[in-house]
Amino acid sequence: MPLLDLDPEVVATARDLAAKAAAPVVEIARSHTTVSVERATLRLAGITGADSTHRAGDVPWVNRVVDTVADHCGLEHGVCGPVFHALAEHNLETLTELAEATAAGQVSYKIPTGRDAVRAARAARAAVAKGLRTVDRNRAQRDKLVAKLGDPPRRPWIYLIVATGDIDEDVVQAANAARAGADIIAVIRSTGQSLLDYVPEGATHHGFAGTYATQENFRIMRAAMDEVSREVGRYVRVTNYASGLCMPEIAVLGGLQRLDMMLNDSMYGILFRDINPIRTFVDQRFSRQVHARAGIIINTGEDNYLTTADAVDAAHTVTVSQLLNEHFAHEAGLPDDLLGLGHAFEINPKVPESFRLELAHALLARELFPAAPLKWMPPTKHMTGDVFNGYLLDGFFNLAGVLTGQSILLVGMMTEAVVTPFLSDRDLALANVRYVLDAAGGLVEDFRPAPDGFIAKRAHQVLGEAVDLLNRVVDDGLLNAIADGTFGLMKRPPDQGKGADGVIAKADTYANPAVDLLDEGATR
Amino acid sequence: MTAVQPDHGKRHVRPYGDTSGDGMIQTSFTLPVPAGPRAEGAALLLAAKMGIDPAMVVHSNAIGPDFTFFVVYGSVRHIVDLDEVEVVEREYPLLPPSEVNTAVKKSLRRKLVVVGACIGTDAHTVGIDAILNIKGFAGEKGLEYYRELRVVNLGAQVSVPDLVKRSRAEKADAVLVSQVVTQRDAHILNTQEMSAAFREAMGARRPLLIAGGPRFDPRMAGDLGVDRVFSRGTTPGEVASYLVHAITQRKEQPV
Repeated sequence: MPLLDLDPEVVATARDLAAKAAAPVVEIARSHTTVSVERATLRLAGITGADSTHRAGDVPWVNRVVDTVADHCGLEHGVCGPVFHALAEHNLETLTELAEATAAGQVSYKIPTGRDAVRAARAARAAVAKGLRTVDRNRAQRDKLVAKLGDPPRRPWIYLIVATGDIDEDVVQAANAARAGADIIAVIRSTGQSLLDYVPEGATHHGFAGTYATQENFRIMRAAMDEVSREVGRYVRVTNYASGLCMPEIAVLGGLQRLDMMLNDSMYGILFRDINPIRTFVDQRFSRQVHARAGIIINTGEDNYLTTADAVDAAHTVTVSQLLNEHFAHEAGLPDDLLGLGHAFEINPKVPESFRLELAHALLARELFPAAPLKWMPPTKHMTGDVFNGYLLDGFFNLAGVLTGQSILLVGMMTEAVVTPFLSDRDLALANVRYVLDAAGGLVEDFRPAPDGFIAKRAHQVLGEAVDLLNRVVDDGLLNAIADGTFGLMKRPPDQGKGADGVIAKADTYANPAVDLLDEGATR
Repeated sequence: MTAVQPDHGKRHVRPYGDTSGDGMIQTSFTLPVPAGPRAEGAALLLAAKMGIDPAMVVHSNAIGPDFTFFVVYGSVRHIVDLDEVEVVEREYPLLPPSEVNTAVKKSLRRKLVVVGACIGTDAHTVGIDAILNIKGFAGEKGLEYYRELRVVNLGAQVSVPDLVKRSRAEKADAVLVSQVVTQRDAHILNTQEMSAAFREAMGARRPLLIAGGPRFDPRMAGDLGVDRVFSRGTTPGEVASYLVHAITQRKEQPV
C-alpha cells in the first residue's frame, strides 16, 4: 500500500524524462560494438582457455583472436564472419584449434563475401546458439532448484560478501555464512580487476582484497553453494560483478555457470573507474541482454554516489540514476523482477533526524519501483573503526530495511573501513540482522508515516529535485552531463577514459549472431 | 572535572576499567575448536598467555560446527612505561580532503596538478589506480575526489620520455610513479631512469617526484632520486597530505 502519496503525474514525468535522456545513448549503444562484446560472443560460441606460452603471461584465447582479427580486417563487421570463415578455410574442428593457429601466426583473417559469408554466418549462429542454450538450461535448472529447495522464507533476502582472495577460502567462508543465514553470497573481486581488459583464467588463490572473477571460480562457488543449498534447505544465490572493461564477457560467464545476480550499473565504470563512457554504455547494453536471457538479477550501484557526495544533498542523484538504470534495463529486455536497483544508508549519523531522512529516501525508492527487488546497502562512509558504534548503526540500517520493505539487504559489517571481516564479524552481523527481522519483521504493517509529516515531505522534495535534475540532463544531453560532473562529482568526457580504443562504430554489414539471438529470443 | 585522576603525570600505567590500576580489558576472538568445555579451556589458556590473569570467558557461542567465538574480560598483568613509548613522527600532518583542498587553494591559488603513471613494461595499475581513482583504497577516496587536485592518470606502460613530455605539457606539480614488477630490480632501475630524465630535462624546476609500490623501502628516496617513496598499504589521504606539505615547503624555500 502506498504511503507517500506520490503524485502519479510527477512519477510519470520523471520516467519520461529518463527515457528522453537515455534515448541518444541507447542509439550510440546500438550503433557501436566493443572488443569485449566481440570476445563475449566468441565465449558464447565456445572458446575457452588461454595462451599460456605468451610472454605477458596467460592471455585468453578470445583476446588473441579478437586482437588478431582487429589487426587483419577490423572489427566493424563483427568478429564472427572472419573467424568462422577462417575455421572453414583451414578445415579446423574447434575454435580453440583456430585460436592456437592464430597465436602461431598461421591464420590470416578476412571479411568473407558471397557464399562464404552465408556459410560463416550460419556456422557462427549455430555455435553461439549452442552457448545460449547452455545459458537457457542453467536458467531452467535454477528454477527447478528454487522450486525444489525453496526461496528464502522471508524478505529481505540476506546478502553477504566474502573476499579472501583465495577461492578455496571463499568457499569455506561462504558455506559458513549460508549456514548462519545468508541467502546470497557475493564474491568481491580483486582490486583493479575492473580495469583489466581480459578475464583471468582458472581457479585463483592470490587476489588483492578480493578474488578474481574467472569462469572456473564461478563454477567452484556455484557447485559449493549447490551443496550447501541442499544442506540448508533453500536455494543459496551467488553473485559476482559484471562491471569494468570486461562487463559483457563476465555476463556471459555468469550465464554459463549459473550465477544468480550480477552487479551491473549503467554509469559506475564511467564515474568511478574512469572507463570510457561509450565503451560502458555499449558493454552494459549487451551484458544486460545476456542477464535478461539468463534470468540474472542485476544490482545497480547507486550507493557509490553517496560515498563521494553528501547523502542528503545528493539524495536526488540516486533517484535519477535509478530511473536511468531502470530505463536502460527495460530497453535491454530486463523485466522489473530482475531489477535490483541500489540505494544506501549513508547519511551522517550526526545529522539531526538522520534516521527519519533515511526512511524517507528508502521509502521513496520502494514506492517508485514497487516491483523491483531493491538492494539496500549498509553504511560505509560513517563507519569509523569504532566497531561498537558501527554495530549500532548497522542495527538501525537493518531496521530501516525492514520498515520500508527492502528486498535484498546487504549485511553491514562493523569492521567496515578496518579490516576484511573476521568469521566472527560476519556471524555477529548476521545475528544483528536476525534479531531485527525476528523482533520487527512485521512492523512494516504498522508503519504509517504521517501524510504531511517529515518523512512524506522529504520524499516529495527529493523526487522534485530528481525531476529538476532530469530536466537539466535532457537539455544538456546525458553524455554532456556526465562530462560536466553531474554525477558523483566526476567529469568524464565521452572521448576519454580507459578502453576508448576498444570501441568500434558498426559498419552496415556488421553481424553478430549473439545480438540477433538475444533480440529474437531464439534458440537456434 | 571529575574527582578521578587517571594516571595523569604517571610514568607507569595499566588499563583502566573502573578503578585505577585494575588493568581491566575486554577482548574477543575465535578459535577453530568446536564449542564446548575444551574450547573454553583453550580460550582461558590463550587469555593467560596474553597476560590476562585472571580471565573470565563472559560469553561463547558456536560459529558452525568447527569454530567458537569468545568474549573475554580480565585484568592484564602488563604495565606500560610511558618513557619507553616511541612515537613515529610523520613529517607531515594527515589532513582530511576538505583541509587538503583549502591548503592547496591558499598556497597555490590554482589547482595542484598530479600526473600519475606506471612506467616501463609494468602493466600493474592496481597501485596507481588505488591512489588516483575516485574509488580509492581502504575506505579513502582517491586523489580524483579532491576538488583542488587535477589528476592526469596516464595508465600503464608509459615510457619515461612520454612521462616527462606529458608532465611538462600538463604543468605537473607532482609526478606519481607506480612500480609493482620487481624482476631484476626493474622497479629500482626504472625509477632511477625516470628521476634522472626529469633532472636532465627540467633541473631544479622539475615537479615533485614520488615513487610507490609494494616492494619499495621508504628510506630509498635518496638512492632513487625522488622526493618521497610510499610503500605497501599507503592510502590516498597520506599521499594527498604529503603533497600539500611538500608543495607548501617548496614554495617557502625555493630550490
